Amino acid sequence: MVEIAVIIALLPLLAFVIQIFFGKRLPRQGDWVSIGAIVSGFGLSLYLFIQMLTRYDPGFVITESFTWIDLGSFKINLGIYLDNVSITMLMVVTIVSSLVHIYSMAYMEGDPRYSRFYAYLSLFSFSMLGLIIWDNLFGIYMMWELVGLCSYLLIGFWFEKDSASNAAKKAFITNRIGDFGFLFGLLIVVTAIGSFTLTDIAEGVASGKLSGGWLTAAGILLFCGAIGKSAQFPLHVWLPDAMEGPTPVSALIHAATMVAAGVYLVARLFFMLSLDAMIFISYIGAFTAIFASIIAVTQNDIKRVLAYSTVSQLGYMIMALGAGSFTAGFFHLVTHAMFKAGLFLGSGSVIHAMHHAMHKLDVHDDPNDIRLMGGFKDKMPTTYRTFLIYTLALSGIPFFSGFLSKDAILGGTLAFAVSQSNPIHYLLPVFGFAAAILTAFYMFRLVILTFHGEPQRKDLYENIHESPKTITIPLSILAVLSIFIFYTLPGINPFSAAHGWFEHLMAAPASAVAQFSGHPVVDISEHTAHSSHTLAMIISIIVALSGILTAFAIYYWKKMDVEALTEKMGVLYRLSYNKFYVDEIYEATVVRGLLMWNNLLSWFDNAIIDGLVNLTAWITRHTSALSGKFDNAVIDGMVNEIADITQGFGRQLRRVQTGQIQTYIFAAVVGAVVIILVRLV
Amino acid sequence: MEATEILFLIIAAITVISAAIVAFSNKIIYAAFSLLLTLFGFAALYVYLSADFIAVSQVMIYVGGILILILFGVLMTQRIYDVSVKSERNPVLPTLLTAIGSAVVLGLIIFKTPWRQVADSGYAPITERIGQAIMGDFLLPFEIASILLLAALIGSVFIARAEEKK
Amino acid sequence: MISLQTYLIISALVFIFGLIAVVNKKNAVGILMGVELILNSVNLNFIAFAKYVDLSIKGQIIAIFVIILAAAEAAVALAIVLNIYRYRSTIDVTTVDLMKN
Repeated sequence: MVEIAVIIALLPLLAFVIQIFFGKRLPRQGDWVSIGAIVSGFGLSLYLFIQMLTRYDPGFVITESFTWIDLGSFKINLGIYLDNVSITMLMVVTIVSSLVHIYSMAYMEGDPRYSRFYAYLSLFSFSMLGLIIWDNLFGIYMMWELVGLCSYLLIGFWFEKDSASNAAKKAFITNRIGDFGFLFGLLIVVTAIGSFTLTDIAEGVASGKLSGGWLTAAGILLFCGAIGKSAQFPLHVWLPDAMEGPTPVSALIHAATMVAAGVYLVARLFFMLSLDAMIFISYIGAFTAIFASIIAVTQNDIKRVLAYSTVSQLGYMIMALGAGSFTAGFFHLVTHAMFKAGLFLGSGSVIHAMHHAMHKLDVHDDPNDIRLMGGFKDKMPTTYRTFLIYTLALSGIPFFSGFLSKDAILGGTLAFAVSQSNPIHYLLPVFGFAAAILTAFYMFRLVILTFHGEPQRKDLYENIHESPKTITIPLSILAVLSIFIFYTLPGINPFSAAHGWFEHLMAAPASAVAQFSGHPVVDISEHTAHSSHTLAMIISIIVALSGILTAFAIYYWKKMDVEALTEKMGVLYRLSYNKFYVDEIYEATVVRGLLMWNNLLSWFDNAIIDGLVNLTAWITRHTSALSGKFDNAVIDGMVNEIADITQGFGRQLRRVQTGQIQTYIFAAVVGAVVIILVRLV
Repeated sequence: MEATEILFLIIAAITVISAAIVAFSNKIIYAAFSLLLTLFGFAALYVYLSADFIAVSQVMIYVGGILILILFGVLMTQRIYDVSVKSERNPVLPTLLTAIGSAVVLGLIIFKTPWRQVADSGYAPITERIGQAIMGDFLLPFEIASILLLAALIGSVFIARAEEKK
Repeated sequence: MISLQTYLIISALVFIFGLIAVVNKKNAVGILMGVELILNSVNLNFIAFAKYVDLSIKGQIIAIFVIILAAAEAAVALAIVLNIYRYRSTIDVTTVDLMKN
């Protein structure tokens, strides 16, 4: 089994090596190498996945490791850790990655760096799959940086555009800040426990080697990595800009997999989170969820709406994990990966069509702008239908996968709030429900503006065509995977996945913190969980429907004038439209601050340090002149005398140096012989 | 006396005698070829010491590499067709002194030291253990040796290359 | 049964011949051959000790490193010899005395 997992990860690496060196010379620029690698990876994952289903064992774990570096007391073990979570994750990544690979054949057709694109995709797949199967934080950290690198390369894939290369740099630097925290957390863990391996860390935490404040600090610092990678507030700024990359990349990396790596990391470290760390994590997630969804409401770029939606949904997952609902958080990761990848691929299909129409008419407008679309549903029926399914899933409408997972999250946070004594924690579910309304609203706004209503630009509309099969087939597959039935089997209740394989197999790992302290970290009784779940389900259906109705009222039936509404909302609208000015705030504080600090330092250098130095120099110069006279008269006289004597000796001794090596060897051997004889005899 | 011991004596004799030829031959090309015999003799002795890996390495590196290099050196610096090219010699006295001195010292050490003798442990393949040791306890020296070889490679190319025409 | 002393005697003889070659020859290549003889005799000692005294393979490992060093030494030394030959058309070491006095 372990071998299969390793092969799954290494296949794309092989494809990457082939592509980067020979890609251009292969037929079809070698796209079949990458596609073949990832699709075979998908086949092998499917095999593992079916084995997992037939086993049906929630406690299944298999690990295998070897010693990589052994420096006495310091040891790094590397190995593979396979459990239900990682097998499911392998499945998700290989599905989405395979579909994106296939989709890119049409989307990237004719790009001058076609083979390079596939090489990067393969490298990314390798690092993401590696991240999933490592059994230790060190390996995860390596892969973590590698996915970051791939993200950088792919965001800046069209680096001729300034905006793309800037976005790539922004993503890289912002991630670096989060990874700094990750590194510090790693150092705390390895100092306290002396091992990177997850099982060792679990044992260490359970036996109290790392506890109290340090444990909380380690948890929060490791979570910082996830803040960066999963684009949580305040490091969310890079993800919307990352949409400068090709759309398949946005679907694969910035919606389904890499950004979910942060969530996956938190899930992996779930066993070592203390209550304080969990509350911190939960609030970051909840705040991000509501914050990003407010921004998404007013954006006009189709991909940016989806990007903020991704940020918000990732906030949901983080919030759930923080509130102790391990299964719900991971569940949402899986379902979200499917329909969000689909949404991006669908938007890519629209953009592709827009791009071609603009190219034909020779107009230069932004193909991503939803204000130029409208009424596309007749022109692109498959794209429309699949897009609608994803939207329903994301909005949390029953019979779709998103409903199940979102409902689980909201139920989990509600139960968490009920079980805590402090009533302020009711903020978490409130944020969650508020974000749910907004999600339904902005998604339907997007659908209505894009696919319904009157065409905004007649000329473009006439030239819009449905995308080719390589684009529509992945869309259809992902749409099918957004139906509830795949997640509730063997149960078929569309309102609850409680008896499905997912909830059965993805049980929360035993908390090592609880093992040490002797009482559970988050204590939620069976009854609370059940009642909160039912309540959350009812509220979330109402909330989703009201969001949808509002969207229809405003944009479809035009009950309200959008302009007037914008006027009325005033400040709130401007805040949302300008993304709460976070970028501007960073510009004003961090960037400007650094510049000012630099100027201050440079002034300090010039005025004070240089002045001191010059003063010292003046004093020294005059002292030197004085002592120079003394030197010439007294010291030099003595020195010259000594030099003369030395020179005399030297002249005599010089004769010994013949320059003949063999003489030297002779002398050395004779010397050695004499010394040894003296010692021996 | 067993056959292996007789063979051993023959090999030892070949090794020592050809080493003597290396030292005393006046014709550099003869010296180079008898060095070949000496090196082969050493390889055979290593086999007797159950050091199979080193015996093979000896043949490959010394005979296949170093000796060839030396022959190149001879060819490029001497007019080889003239077999009578003599290698001239330094005065005999210092040589005699070093030789006798070191012979006395080595003899004293060999015959006076009470060597701890251990029973012959027989022959066993050793390559795997050497591999383990090099990748384990001796990893650092091994890496340093590789850097040394790289440095020697680059250095000798740099020294020996033809002058650039300016 | 071949004793340790046998190996030591062989090694000592070769060592002395090597020494004679190094001290006595004027030809740089000849000196180089002498150095090779010395290194080989040392190697024989190491391996013999590894078998008879130490009973581990450390001696053999050191012998391997000696071989590595010998290879590096031969390469560099011959490069130097070739260079000297190019500039002076001789490889008589007694004429190379830039370091004299």
